[in-house]
Amino acid sequence: MKILVCITHVPDTTSKIQFTENNTQFDKTGVQFIIGPYDDYALARAVELRDQTGGSLTVLNVGEAETEPTLRKALAIGADEAVRINAFPSDSLFVANQIAHYAKEGNYDLILMGRESIDFNGGMVHGMVAEMLGVPSVSPVMKLEIEGETVKMAREIEGGKEYLEAKLPLVAGCQEPIAEWKIPNMRGIMSARTKPLNVVEAVNDKTATKTVSYELPPTKGAVKLIDKDNVEELVKLLQNEAKVL
Amino acid sequence: MSILVYIEHAEGAIKKTSLEAVSYAKELAALEGQDVVAVALGTIEESALGQAGTAGASKVLHVNDEKLNAGVIQAHADAVAQAFEKVGAQTLVLAKSSLGDAVAARLSVKLDAGLVSNVVALPETNGGYKVKRSIYTGKAFAFSEITTDRKILAVKKNAVGLKTDGDAASVEALEVNLPESDFVAKITATDKATGEISLPEADIIVSGGRGLKGPENWNLIEDLAKAMGAATGCSKPVSDSGWRPHHEHVGQTGVKVAPSLYVAVGISGAIQHLAGVNASKYIVVINKDPEAPFFKAADYGIVGDAFEILPKLTEAVKALK
Repeated sequence: MKILVCITHVPDTTSKIQFTENNTQFDKTGVQFIIGPYDDYALARAVELRDQTGGSLTVLNVGEAETEPTLRKALAIGADEAVRINAFPSDSLFVANQIAHYAKEGNYDLILMGRESIDFNGGMVHGMVAEMLGVPSVSPVMKLEIEGETVKMAREIEGGKEYLEAKLPLVAGCQEPIAEWKIPNMRGIMSARTKPLNVVEAVNDKTATKTVSYELPPTKGAVKLIDKDNVEELVKLLQNEAKVL
Repeated sequence: MSILVYIEHAEGAIKKTSLEAVSYAKELAALEGQDVVAVALGTIEESALGQAGTAGASKVLHVNDEKLNAGVIQAHADAVAQAFEKVGAQTLVLAKSSLGDAVAARLSVKLDAGLVSNVVALPETNGGYKVKRSIYTGKAFAFSEITTDRKILAVKKNAVGLKTDGDAASVEALEVNLPESDFVAKITATDKATGEISLPEADIIVSGGRGLKGPENWNLIEDLAKAMGAATGCSKPVSDSGWRPHHEHVGQTGVKVAPSLYVAVGISGAIQHLAGVNASKYIVVINKDPEAPFFKAADYGIVGDAFEILPKLTEAVKALK
């Protein structure tokens, strides 16, 4: 089976978010970049599936040269080869176009990625790629098993789970607990150095949106502390001040 | 012209988040001199669909086909695309949700429409079409311009408010053609907690963390939630330990919520948890550690033992009602 895992290169969850140049650019000062946490789940499951069924596992990122350490980490976790589509990921449609074009050429059976990136949180790319390829898409997938040509999945829905079956090929947006994150070991890190990381150029520049500026939310006021022996005071404040009870 | 709204329904009623999307569309339509038409898929009573009118829809198109009851993503996208063309709409509005996201992404390609998700305000239309959206899991906002003629806006829950001062809408049956290939991914079973308030939809949430010490003490969380008419949630370590089901895990990699009131009991406030709750209007934190980082994000706080405070708080809330 040929598996493609698409990963994002995003600021660590704990990063302080700031903008520069009159709120038009993300401030990368002191920010550590990681594999998107949801993509990490997709990658971990893909490594398990490749180990079970054989075949190959390719990891892909649409990004500029600075994302290569993130791709190397994915190789260290267990991908066989990496591909960087050399372009700034300007919007979801652009990214989806790149992935769909690459995937079509490579004839992948299964395309996995995180349910969303943790920077723009759009959660759109998997659906767009699937529509472009004319195959089913399922998200957010929390369980995925392959039996022959059949994919058995559990998907999170509001207040519960839905169980689904589909045939390959398929695109899935993943989330926990589909697999435990894998931490690269020394052997993985050493072998990642010799695995291929191919750079290919973008195919078209079609976008549908353009982000023009950013804004930070207003800073939060100090917490109002209430004495533990006077919980009635809290109830009064929730009723009369916050008006939420 | 009309703005089309894709509405989701559950247990015989339109979801509140979808009614918010209708309200949002009504305000948008008023700016552009348009009306609002909603589209609903699957089995639901006409009278329940008419409710979309109270939030601002003048008409509801109903594809009454039970094959569309379960969230068959491709079929939903195809049906909505056909409704979009029929109405002659240029704009589609929907609520951000598991199903909504999946359907919107496919529609964006199908209709060649620019899609912005997590929308928190009406667009600015002076020299462009600029939409404010929440990014970095609520830690910032972006203003994104949609550059295509057709547009899709997925509205974040609780971001724009709900007005229900309209009259019931008329309901019209809609026939659509759906190819068999739309049903390749089949739903084989659903495992849904019935009778509980759905976490992503809840207006008040009471969440517990490791400070509760074990699943046997969860009645304290449930009692307060019941008194408040709230849903219950939990932190990641709690769902990882199997004390509570995964669908109650609130946080960056669990359910992201945006209630009016979030009550966190015995949760220290790891940054991943905060990322899942920072869209809440008000946050109450109860923790015996005065240094718990959650207090920095809270509006109200009590430093003390959850086992002493929760029963008293539950009684105080009951006394109010």
